[in-house]
Amino acid sequence: MSFLNFLISGISLGSIYAIIALGYTMVYGIAKMLNFAHGDVIMVGAYVCFLAVSKSGLPPVVGILAAVVVCTVLGMVIEKLAYKPLRQATSLAVLITAIGVSYFLQNAALLLWTPNPKIFPALFARTVDGKKVTGFQLFDGQLRISYVTVITIIACIIIMVVLTLFTSRTRTGKAMRACSEDKGAAQLMGINVDTTISITFAIGSGLAAIAGVLLCSAYPTLVPTTGSMPGIKAFTAAVFGGIGSIPGAFIGGLLLGVIEILAKAYISTQMSDAIVFLVLIIVLLVKPAGLLGKKISEKV
Amino acid sequence: MKKVFAFALVLAMVFALCAPAYADGAIKIGGTGPLTGGAAIYGMAVKNAAEIAVEEINAKGGIQFELRFEDDTHDAEKAVNAYNTLKDWGMQISTGSVTSKPCEATSAETYADRIFALTPSASSVATVTGKDNQFQMCFTDPNQGSASAQYIADKKLASKVAVIWKNDDVYSKGIYETFMAAAPGLGLEVVSDTTFNDGNATDFSVQIADAQSKGAELVFLPMYYDAASLILTQASAAGYAPIWFGVDGMDGILSLEGFDTSLAEGVYLLTPFNADSDDEATKAFVAKYQEKFGEIPNQFAADAYDVVYAYAQACEAAGITADMSAEEICDKMIEQFTSMTFNGLTGEGMTWAADGTVTKSPKGMIIENGAYVGID
Repeated sequence: MSFLNFLISGISLGSIYAIIALGYTMVYGIAKMLNFAHGDVIMVGAYVCFLAVSKSGLPPVVGILAAVVVCTVLGMVIEKLAYKPLRQATSLAVLITAIGVSYFLQNAALLLWTPNPKIFPALFARTVDGKKVTGFQLFDGQLRISYVTVITIIACIIIMVVLTLFTSRTRTGKAMRACSEDKGAAQLMGINVDTTISITFAIGSGLAAIAGVLLCSAYPTLVPTTGSMPGIKAFTAAVFGGIGSIPGAFIGGLLLGVIEILAKAYISTQMSDAIVFLVLIIVLLVKPAGLLGKKISEKV
Repeated sequence: MKKVFAFALVLAMVFALCAPAYADGAIKIGGTGPLTGGAAIYGMAVKNAAEIAVEEINAKGGIQFELRFEDDTHDAEKAVNAYNTLKDWGMQISTGSVTSKPCEATSAETYADRIFALTPSASSVATVTGKDNQFQMCFTDPNQGSASAQYIADKKLASKVAVIWKNDDVYSKGIYETFMAAAPGLGLEVVSDTTFNDGNATDFSVQIADAQSKGAELVFLPMYYDAASLILTQASAAGYAPIWFGVDGMDGILSLEGFDTSLAEGVYLLTPFNADSDDEATKAFVAKYQEKFGEIPNQFAADAYDVVYAYAQACEAAGITADMSAEEICDKMIEQFTSMTFNGLTGEGMTWAADGTVTKSPKGMIIENGAYVGID
């Protein structure tokens, strides 16, 4: 039974990685850039939700919506100010800019919200006999599953399906795929590449807000660096699953979480991260494009 | 471009020439600490409290201090840069660095430059070992680890103990090691020994399950409160309620915004400072700090306040004046600190050994009804 409990912990951690990885992979898949500021947009989303719910006493739904709106706008502003001027620059320049944006967001958050940790409110809990219950139990309390885990997995699946449908069925989605294949050709076909990439960032940042709320619901200590470490792990998950692939991000995230927890439980708590990255290296050696990644052959 | 550079150089030289002309009879105290970044809560506490102490001392009219505090973002390299800035400014005595890792770096510099340093809160052994002019106001980590084990055994809190510690943090590791060394001799059996680090400080289900399944009655948490708050939350969700025992890093958990303080009910901690104390000096300090900065000061603040007062006492006794060189002051300070007794907010009758470590008795505290309450 303890194995099942560890598995559930792994899935719950993995589902958080997965939802962050979806945002990473979405932006990478279309704009072909690694948005290292993604983790920090997550943090901003979590703070907005925290302020709305804990400080202003708004209902959780309003808090989540506010986070999505603020992050979407923030994502578009970042894109406009920091990435758009570099559209013709090398991908390395954009990458460094993204790291700069990441530091900027972290330090802006430090100024705005101070470094003192804040505890995120339990959004997904019901009150039973005056006590807050955050999950349910199976087999006489031997298995415990938190509501956040269930909601995160459901949210992941919904987002995955919607994103897949969006990119394959809608006009904007098709334009996005066209841009990802060949920006120049897309432009010649009358697609507004700039707008399309802006929309991609808006969607990616909106997803970041949802990820932020779920991350902090599961692990409620909120500080200005909250997003950075899970962001990096989620990026790893996205690479693991095959960066650019939407189902790949989901599977990569889940696997990473499960491996991390099982390595901690059965091998060593000290070595868990080393093991996680060892697995990543092995996977990339065998399948360089990641589990579900597309192999792109370079034409010379 | 060259012209601009040359002009800047000239300006810099002019300012450099001007600087020594400015002297106002105040002894220059410098220190570094994280004013931004994840550990800023500690650096700000130290800076704020040191400012209060300097103001109070200057207002008395005797010894005059001038304080300058530089940001090191809890990073060893930046701490050395900040230290160099302070040295250029003409720092005569130092308050070292606030956190252990940066302080290990700056203490090597202050040792080489013969600038006396008394750190309020960098508690690792390496900050003082082998450096005759480096002193600590806080306990060293080993001291906290063995004192905790001693306390648990003396009060018969538990015999089966679990430890969760942070293996990429010298603070946590130092306490852990001495705790483990002291525990067997005191009849404590460590049944579960698990770790975490910065990269995976989110999910503690494995560590909690390990302690629970091995029947630990008490879980020792040598770490800062941000991680501890997650452990308390997750243990409560898993239905595990052992005795929790923290060290000075646990101080501050109650002022965590939005934290359900009922989770921390019954948590023990060993710390030298209690903001709820009835002691007159503590009350006055807490009131002043609260009025100025809108927060209850934590133990780091109290340590910093004591550092400045200890300097005032030592400077007065040794007849230090602002025109003395840092090196002269350093020798006199070493003499003073190894012989004097100091009464401060964080302890009565503090003394320092020649190796720079302080002797004062930690106070056992327990969290009751959302407040720290002294046990003894």
